[in-house]
Amino acid sequence: MQLVSENLACERGGRRVFADVNFAVSAGEAMIVTGRNGSGKSTLLRVIAGLLRAAAGRVGLSGGPDEASLAEQAHYLGHLDATKPSLTVAENLQFWARFLGAPADVPVAPALDAVELGSLADLPAAYLSAGQKRRLSIARLLAVKRQLWLLDEPTSALDTQSQGRLAAFMREHLAGGGMIVAATHGPIGLNAPRELKMGLGG
Amino acid sequence: MTAFTALLLRDMRLATRVGGGALMGALFYFVVVSMIPFAIGPDLNLLSRIGPAVLWIGALLASLLALDRLFASDHDDGSLDLLTMSALPLEMTVAAKAIAHWLTTALPLIVITPVLGLMLNVEMTAMGYVALTLLAGTPALTFIGLIGAALSVTLRRGGLLMAILVLPLTVPVLIFGVAAANAAIVGPAPFGPPFTILCALSLASFVLGPFAAAAALRQGQE
Repeated sequence: MQLVSENLACERGGRRVFADVNFAVSAGEAMIVTGRNGSGKSTLLRVIAGLLRAAAGRVGLSGGPDEASLAEQAHYLGHLDATKPSLTVAENLQFWARFLGAPADVPVAPALDAVELGSLADLPAAYLSAGQKRRLSIARLLAVKRQLWLLDEPTSALDTQSQGRLAAFMREHLAGGGMIVAATHGPIGLNAPRELKMGLGG
Repeated sequence: MTAFTALLLRDMRLATRVGGGALMGALFYFVVVSMIPFAIGPDLNLLSRIGPAVLWIGALLASLLALDRLFASDHDDGSLDLLTMSALPLEMTVAAKAIAHWLTTALPLIVITPVLGLMLNVEMTAMGYVALTLLAGTPALTFIGLIGAALSVTLRRGGLLMAILVLPLTVPVLIFGVAAANAAIVGPAPFGPPFTILCALSLASFVLGPFAAAAALRQGQE
């Protein structure tokens, strides 16, 4: 399975954000997207996720099940955590797990425990800190198996211990044949990931 | 459990929790209708003549009250991105949200309608008919309002724009809703024809609303 981008370009508000972006990420590989603020890292991830339309070129998964679109095989972890303050931690995760297609009889507790939120399962998400909310949305990636992880600044708001934990999740995902595309400013704890520099000649 | 029912249940749960809009609609409706007799005065004949129209206007405003946050809240916290990435077609996602909204906002309002008859000097049996017209007509209000909610999703203060966009579209529902209710209370026109058209309006908006709203959401993401 491979994520391939050919001559990808995107325009926002009449301005060309990037053009001629080419890369290929194979199963078990990670690619980090780096670049200055405004160089189009987040935009690239949103284009891959299908949330923004590409102005030119194409991006797609090859070698996967034909009937499933790229978006259905990808997890998108954006800047926003997609948690509802009035639902409890467990209810939030349970909803996303069911909605994203996890079988109803699979409990979400192991995923919550993995991000160390097991003891807060019955607390309304309104009382979580920014880092805890971040961990709750990371639990989503563990609760539902998907091939491609699209991570936008995944380590933001996380403490060092949680960053290490996230790195372990990512290594495990890659070892299982998964793919990761992550936009980041700093190191995210992966061994020698491929790097795509945005804003250079594009 | 499918994605559709998961979303339906989540939205119903959100509406009934703290800060949700479930009972706000019914309370707003109750207050608006209760104000009318104080403004009109104790003219019982007049009250019972305008009763159905007042109830319908109240229901119309109440059902639009919480609708502007339907997609905006999901947009603001990033949920909408994930909702659109699902295997569930966006049209079905949108429909699930609308059904949850109708069940939590419009249904309580219909349930309290017979009680409000006391304020407007309308008989209990006639109020049953008014509640029946609301039951048939409010799905149309929700599903037409859905389009406005989707169009105004990325706008701050979209609520006002939504009311301006949506209210003119609800005129046919209002006309046939009040006509059917009046036919049941004062006659002499039969109840059947306007009521059937009201049902038809609901069914048509049930089909068209989700498609239009999904198209508006896709456009709004750009």
